[in-house]
Amino acid sequence: MITLSVNGQARQLNVPDEMPLLWVLRDELDLKGTKFGCGVAQCGACTVHIDGEPVRACVTPVGGIGDGKVVTIEDIAGSRQGRAIQEAWLELDVIQCGYCQAGQIMTATALLTQNPRPDDAAIDVAMEGNLCRCATYKRIRAAIKSASGQPVDDTRNHGTEA
Amino acid sequence: METTRRLFLKSGVLAGGGLLLGFGLSACTEKGDSGPVTAVTDYVAISSDGIVTLIAKNPEIGQGVMTSLPMLIAEELDVLWANVRIETAASDDKRFGAQFAGGSMATALEYMPMRQVGAAARWLLIEAAARRMKATHDAFTTKAGKVRHKDGTTFDYGELAAEAALLTPPDPTKLTLKDTKNFLLIGKTQKGYDNPKIVRGEPIFGIDVSLPGMLYAVYLKSPVYGARLISCDLSAAKAAIGVKDVFVLKGTDMHGLKDGIAIVATSWWYAQAARALLSPVWDEAIGKLHDSEIYSKTANTLLRREGEVKEKRGNADAALRSAAHTFDAVYNVPFLAHVPMEPQNCTARVTAKGVEIWAPTQQPNEGKALIAKTLSIDPATVTVHMRRCGGGFGRRLENDYMAEAAAIAQKVEAPVKLVWSREDDVAHDFFRPGGHYRVRAGVDASGKLAAYISHSVNFTRDGKIVQGDEVAGNAFALTVAPHTRVEFSKIETTIPTGYLRAPVSNALAFVHETFCDEIAHGAGQDPVAFRLAHLDSHIDDYNGDRFGGYNPARMRAVLKAVAERSGWESRASGNGEGMGVATYFSHHGYFAEVAKVRVTDDGKWHALKVWAVGDVGNQIINPSAAKNQVEGAVMDGIGSISQEITFSKGRAVQANFQDIPMMRMPQAPAVDVQFVLSEFPPTGLGEPALPPVIPAVANAIFAACGVRLRQLPLTEQDLKAAIEAARN
Repeated sequence: MITLSVNGQARQLNVPDEMPLLWVLRDELDLKGTKFGCGVAQCGACTVHIDGEPVRACVTPVGGIGDGKVVTIEDIAGSRQGRAIQEAWLELDVIQCGYCQAGQIMTATALLTQNPRPDDAAIDVAMEGNLCRCATYKRIRAAIKSASGQPVDDTRNHGTEA
Repeated sequence: METTRRLFLKSGVLAGGGLLLGFGLSACTEKGDSGPVTAVTDYVAISSDGIVTLIAKNPEIGQGVMTSLPMLIAEELDVLWANVRIETAASDDKRFGAQFAGGSMATALEYMPMRQVGAAARWLLIEAAARRMKATHDAFTTKAGKVRHKDGTTFDYGELAAEAALLTPPDPTKLTLKDTKNFLLIGKTQKGYDNPKIVRGEPIFGIDVSLPGMLYAVYLKSPVYGARLISCDLSAAKAAIGVKDVFVLKGTDMHGLKDGIAIVATSWWYAQAARALLSPVWDEAIGKLHDSEIYSKTANTLLRREGEVKEKRGNADAALRSAAHTFDAVYNVPFLAHVPMEPQNCTARVTAKGVEIWAPTQQPNEGKALIAKTLSIDPATVTVHMRRCGGGFGRRLENDYMAEAAAIAQKVEAPVKLVWSREDDVAHDFFRPGGHYRVRAGVDASGKLAAYISHSVNFTRDGKIVQGDEVAGNAFALTVAPHTRVEFSKIETTIPTGYLRAPVSNALAFVHETFCDEIAHGAGQDPVAFRLAHLDSHIDDYNGDRFGGYNPARMRAVLKAVAERSGWESRASGNGEGMGVATYFSHHGYFAEVAKVRVTDDGKWHALKVWAVGDVGNQIINPSAAKNQVEGAVMDGIGSISQEITFSKGRAVQANFQDIPMMRMPQAPAVDVQFVLSEFPPTGLGEPALPPVIPAVANAIFAACGVRLRQLPLTEQDLKAAIEAARN
C-alpha cells in the first residue's frame, strides 16, 4: 500500500510502485485534469507539481514520490500564483482546444513562484517543454506576463524595423 | 423541487441548410436549473428565471464554434450573454442537419440559420406577450431578455416561456433579422465558453469520460498498413496484473476496425504494460515496397516523363518556347501527421438496448454509421455523445478508434475506454499525403506570365488519387497565365491518407507560391508588384466554390493591406534577415501574409514575425477567437516546415514527439493579424490562414540568404549545406 499526498489529502493506493503518477491520478484517483499526451515526457500535458517543482507525471513512478506533495491542476487555485495564472488565461482568452492548458498552467505557475517577473528569455526556457498543438504561444507568453504584473508585449528581437 | 417541464413544438425546415429548427422551452424551477438539455433536440430552452440554454450543434475542436454559434442565436434572441448557458448537441443529423468540424464550414453554413433560430424564438416570446395583452406584434420590442410593450409593460422571457412554447413557430426565413449595426454580441469578443472549466482541470474532454465499472483498453495493430494477423500467444498478457481479458478482433475496414489484439484491464496503464507481453505474428508482405525512398525514386522518374493531362488552356509548350524568361523547378512535400494533443480515444458501452459512445470526433454521425456497419447493427441503436476534442486538425474526421472501442466493448461485460498511445496515434494516422511536383513557367518580354505547366505525382489507392490530395488546387498562376497545362502521374500506395488542416492547400500553396516568388525574382520584379499586376489580368474563376468563386479584387485588397502593414516597400535587408510574401485562397478565405525570418550560417532559421491579413467576409463574429485561429494557423504552418513522416516497408518510421519537431514557445514568432471586411457573407477561419505562411517563410529564407527552398522538410543541415553551396 502506498500513501500519497495529493492536493493536500493523504491518499491510499494499492498499485505497483512503477505505475506512473499520471495513471494513478487519472484512473485510480479520478483526477482527470492532468492530461496524457505522449507518455515519454516530450509534451508537458501531464505536468504536475511535486513540492512545487513541475514534473512530468507520465514518467514519474508513483513509488518514488515518497513524502513529496503532489499538486494538480484541480488544486492550483490554492496558490496565489496559480490563481493569478488562471485569471490571466481567462482574461487573455488564451485557449483554443484547451487540452495542453492544464500542463501549461502548472509550468507557468511554477515559473512565477520561482521568478515573480520572468522576462521573455525566462519564459522561453521554462515553457519550452510544453507543447501547444493549437500554438497559443503568443497568448500564453502574454498571460504569464500579465499574471506577473508586466506589460504583455513580446520584447524579443523581431528583427530590423523598416 | 418542482419537476422540470419541457415542451416541444413542431419543427419547421430552414431554407438553405436542410436544417431542422427545433424550438423547445423548458418551464422550470428554482435556482436556474433548467434541467438536462443535452438529451433534447432543440436549440433554445428558457427557464422561468431567465436562464437561456442554447445548443452548440457542432463538435468543438478548438476552433471556437461552441461559443460562436450560440452567439448567433443569442444575438437575434436578444438575451444577455451572462444569462446564456451552452450545451453540446446530441449527435443527430435528422434534427440538427450535418454536424461536423471540417472545411472551415461552420460559419459559412450556420451564420444565417443560427440567427434565424434566435429570431424565431424571439418572435414566439413576443407573440406570447401580444396574446396576453391582446395587442399586435409590432407594439413590442425586446432587449436583454425582456419583451416590452410600447406602453411600458415588460415581461421577462422566463415568464413568457411556457406560453410561447404552445405557439406555432413562424417560418424563420421570413423573419427580419437585426441590422448589423445593432449587433450587441456579434463582432464583440465573447471568451471561450469552456475556458473556466479548462483552467480548473474539469473532465470535459473525450479522454476524461468515466463510467461506473468502466474498464480500459489498448488495441494492438500491426504498424504495417493492410497487414493481417496470423497468430498470437495471448497467455502471458492474460496473466498480467490488472488484465481482465485479451482477445483477437478481425479487421473489416481500412477506415474502421483493423486486425488486432485487444487488452482490457482495470487501468489503462495495466493494459498498456501488458502490450509488451504480446509477440503477434503478422503477415506484413503488403508493405514491402512501400518505402519513402522508393516513392521518391519513382516520382523523379515519372516527373521526367509526360503525365496524364487533366486540363489545359492554349498551347503551353509553344508559349514556353517563345517566352523571354523560362523557369523549371522540382518541388516536393512530405507526408505529415496530425498529432492532436489528445490521443485518439473512445468510451463504449454495449448492452442489449444498443451501443452508447462517448468520443472526441469531428464527424459524430459518420461514427454512428461506421459502428453500425462494423457490428452489423441498426444505426438507430447507436448513440454518440460528442465530447470536447483536444484538437482535431482533420484526424478526427476518421472514426476508426470508435469502431475499435465498440467492437471491444461488445465482447466485454462493462463499459470500456479505449485510449491509443501516442505511438499508436503516429503509426495509425491518416497522413497528409506527400507529393512531388515539376513546375514550369514562361514570362514574356512585358513581364507577364505567358505559360504555366504543373506536373504533379500524386499517390493513389486502387488507381484513384488518395483522400487529402489533389493535382493543382488553387494555384494562382494557373488562373492568370493564358497558356496552361496541368498533368499528373500516379504512385500507388498502401499508406492511409486523410485531411490535415487546410488539406491540399497546405501542400500546394508551398509549391506554387514559392515558385511564383522564383518567377518574380527571375523576371526582375518585386514579388508583391508581380502578383498585383497579375491579379489585374486574372482570367478565370476557381471552380466549385459555392460562395461565388475566386474574386481577385478580394485578394488584391488583402495583399495591398499586408504590404502596407508589414512595411514591405521599405523593408530592410542584411543581418541575415529577409522578408517574403505569399497569398492563398482556400476554404473561402483570402489570405496574404508576409514573414520575416533570420537565417544564420550554421543553417539555423527563425521566423521573427508574421503579418497576416485576411478577408473572410463582412463580419468577424468573435474577434478574439478569430485572431487566435489565425495566430495558431500561422504557427502551425511554420511548425510543419520542419516535419515529415517517412515510411519503411509500409510502416511509419517516426514514433512520437521526439521524432516530430513541433513548434514550441521559443520558436513562436510574433504574429500581427488584421481582417479586411468585404461585402461578402462571413466564412470560416480554422484553415485559410495556414497555407500562405509556408511559402511566405520559404520566400523570406530566400531573401535572407539566397537559398531557394523547394523541398520540405527544411533541416538545419540541409540549409547549412545550401548556404555553403550558394557561396561557392
